[in-house]
Amino acid sequence: MNRSLVLPIVIPLLTAVLCLLFFRKPQIQRWVSVIGAMALLVVSLWTLRFIWDEGIQAVQIGNWPAPFGITLVADLFSAVMIVLAGVLGLAVAVYSLDSVDAQRQAFGYHPLMHFLLMGVCGAFLTGDLFNLYVWFEVMLMASFVLLALGGERGQMEGAIKYVTLNLLSSAIFLAALGLLYGLAGTLNMADLARKFASSATASSNAIVTALSMLFLGAFGIKAAIFPLFFWLPASYHTPPVAVTALFSGLLTKVGVYSLIRVFTLIFIQEFDYTHTLLLVIAGLTMITGVLGAVAQNEMRRLLSFHIISQIGYPLMGLGIFTPLGLAAAVYFVFHVSLAKSTLFLISGVIGRLRGTFDLKKLGGLYKAQAWLAALFLTAALSLAGLPPSSGFFAKLSLVQAGLGQGQFVIVAISLGVSLLTLFSMIKIWNEVFWKRPPVLEDVDGGEITLQRDWTWLAPILFLVGLTLLISFGIGPAFEIAAQAGRQLMTPQLYIQAVLGGGR
Amino acid sequence: MEVVLPFVIGSLYAMAIYMLLRRSLVKLLIGLGLLSHASNLLIFTAAGLTRSKAPVIALTADQLQPPHADPLPQALILTAIVISFGVTAFALALAYRAYRSADTDDLDQMKSTDA
Repeated sequence: MNRSLVLPIVIPLLTAVLCLLFFRKPQIQRWVSVIGAMALLVVSLWTLRFIWDEGIQAVQIGNWPAPFGITLVADLFSAVMIVLAGVLGLAVAVYSLDSVDAQRQAFGYHPLMHFLLMGVCGAFLTGDLFNLYVWFEVMLMASFVLLALGGERGQMEGAIKYVTLNLLSSAIFLAALGLLYGLAGTLNMADLARKFASSATASSNAIVTALSMLFLGAFGIKAAIFPLFFWLPASYHTPPVAVTALFSGLLTKVGVYSLIRVFTLIFIQEFDYTHTLLLVIAGLTMITGVLGAVAQNEMRRLLSFHIISQIGYPLMGLGIFTPLGLAAAVYFVFHVSLAKSTLFLISGVIGRLRGTFDLKKLGGLYKAQAWLAALFLTAALSLAGLPPSSGFFAKLSLVQAGLGQGQFVIVAISLGVSLLTLFSMIKIWNEVFWKRPPVLEDVDGGEITLQRDWTWLAPILFLVGLTLLISFGIGPAFEIAAQAGRQLMTPQLYIQAVLGGGR
Repeated sequence: MEVVLPFVIGSLYAMAIYMLLRRSLVKLLIGLGLLSHASNLLIFTAAGLTRSKAPVIALTADQLQPPHADPLPQALILTAIVISFGVTAFALALAYRAYRSADTDDLDQMKSTDA
C-alpha cells in the first residue's frame, strides 16, 4: 500500500518523458503538461490523506532494508510540502500555456517544469541524505535551464550568478556528506539520528555541531538566508513570470524544508547553540530582506526581496523549537508560498497589460481592472499578515510560540518586519493601482477577460481561493500543521517508521 | 596517504576559491570544477583509506572479513562525478552564451540585473 509513496516522483517523471516524446508537437505537450500536473495534485492530496490517517510511512526502494538501501519517508510535513508542489505545479502549468512564449514552449519548457517538480517531490520524500543531494541536483539542473531558457541578456547574467552560488552550495553539501559519512558510517537520516542520540558525548557532540554548520551553509544558500541570499534578487526576476512564480513557491522552500528536517531530526544535540544561531539568522534574514524590498522600484525585484524576508519566519519557528513553533513554521511555509506565487502571477498580468514592471511607469490599474486590484489586495494583505488572512494566523502562532519560550527579541523583530512588509505592499498598491497613470507612450495590452484569458486568471483565482480556504478554514488547516509539528518534535516516530520498532 | 591527501584537498579548495573570486568567467568555471574535485577527494579521504583490500568475499568465507575498503564512498563519488560532469557541461555552454550576449567575460560588467 505505501509503495504508492513513489507516485509523486513517478508522475512528474512520466509527464516529462511524455512531453519529450512529443518534443516536435508543443500543442500536445501543453495538454500532457496540464494533465500531468493535475494528476500530481490529486496524488499529493491522496498522500496527505493517507499520511493523516496512517501516520508516518516509509518505503524501502528495491526492498533493501534500511539503513542500507534508499528509503522514501513521508511524514505530515513532507505530505504538506508535496501538496504545495502539486498546487503550484498545476497553477503554473496552466498559467504557462499563454504567458510563456511559443519559442520557449517549443524548446522544452514543459518537460523541464516537470523535471523540476520531480526533483522537488523527491527532495521532500527522501529519507537519505545523499539521495537528497541527488534530488537537489535534479531540481537545480532543471531550474538552471528554465532560468536560462530564452537567452536574453538579463537571463544569462542572472543565470551565471544563480548557477555559481548553487554549485558552491552543492559542493559544500557534498563535503559535509563526506565528513558525516566518515563520522557516522551511514547517511540514512533515521539511522543518523539514532546513532547520534545513542552515542552522545560532549566531544562527539562538538564535532556533530561543527558538521551541522556546513549543512546550515549548504541549505542556507538554497533557502536564501542572511547573508547568503544575493543570488536570488539578481536572478529571480529575469525569466518569464511563470518560472519566477514556480521558483519562488518551491525552490527556496526546499532549502527551508531541508533545514527543518536536519535540525529537528539529526542535529539536535546542542540546540542551545544551533537553534539560537538559527533565531539570530532568522531575524537578520527578515530585516535585510524587507529593507531590500522597500528600496526597490521594479515589482518583480521587490517581490524577490520579500521571498528572502519571508524565509526568516519559518526559520524563527525552527529556532523556537517547540511543537507550536514548528507547526507555525509548516503552516507559514504553505501560506507564504501560495501568497508569493499569487503575487508573482498577478505581476505577470500587470506586465502584460502595461508592458512594464517599473512601479514609476505604472498606475491607474484600480480604475481599469478593479477585480485584479481585489485579488492583489487579498494576497498582499495575507502576506503582510492582516486578520483574518492566513498570514495573520501564521504570524500569530509564531508570536505565541516565541512568547511561550521567552524569545522576545525575535518576536519584536517579526512584528516590526510585518509592518514593513505591509508598507511595501502598500507601496505597490499606491504605485500600480491607486495613483494616476503617468503619461507615456501607449503600450496598452488591451482588456483582459476571464472568458478569453482564463489561462492567466484561473491560476490566480485558484491560488487566492486556496489562501482564503486556509484562512477561513484555519481550524482544520492548523490541525494538520499542529500534527506535523508534533511529529517533527518526536523524532522517535520517524526513526521507528524507517528502521522498524525492533531495533 | 592519509597525511598527503588532506594537503592536496586543502590546496584544491584554496585554488578553487581563489579562482571563484577572479573576475574572469572562464576562471570562475575552473574554480567550480576544482571545487567539485576537492569535495570528491574529501569524501574519499574522510570515509577512511584501506589499501589493497577489495571488499570481495573470499571463496572460503561466507561473509566479508575485515579489514576491507568501504565501497560506498566510491559509489557516492561516482554519482557526484557524473552529476558534476553534466553540470559543468551546462555551465560551459551557459558561460559561452553569456559571453556572447553580454560581449564580455568580465563578471564586473555583468551587473545589469542588480540595478
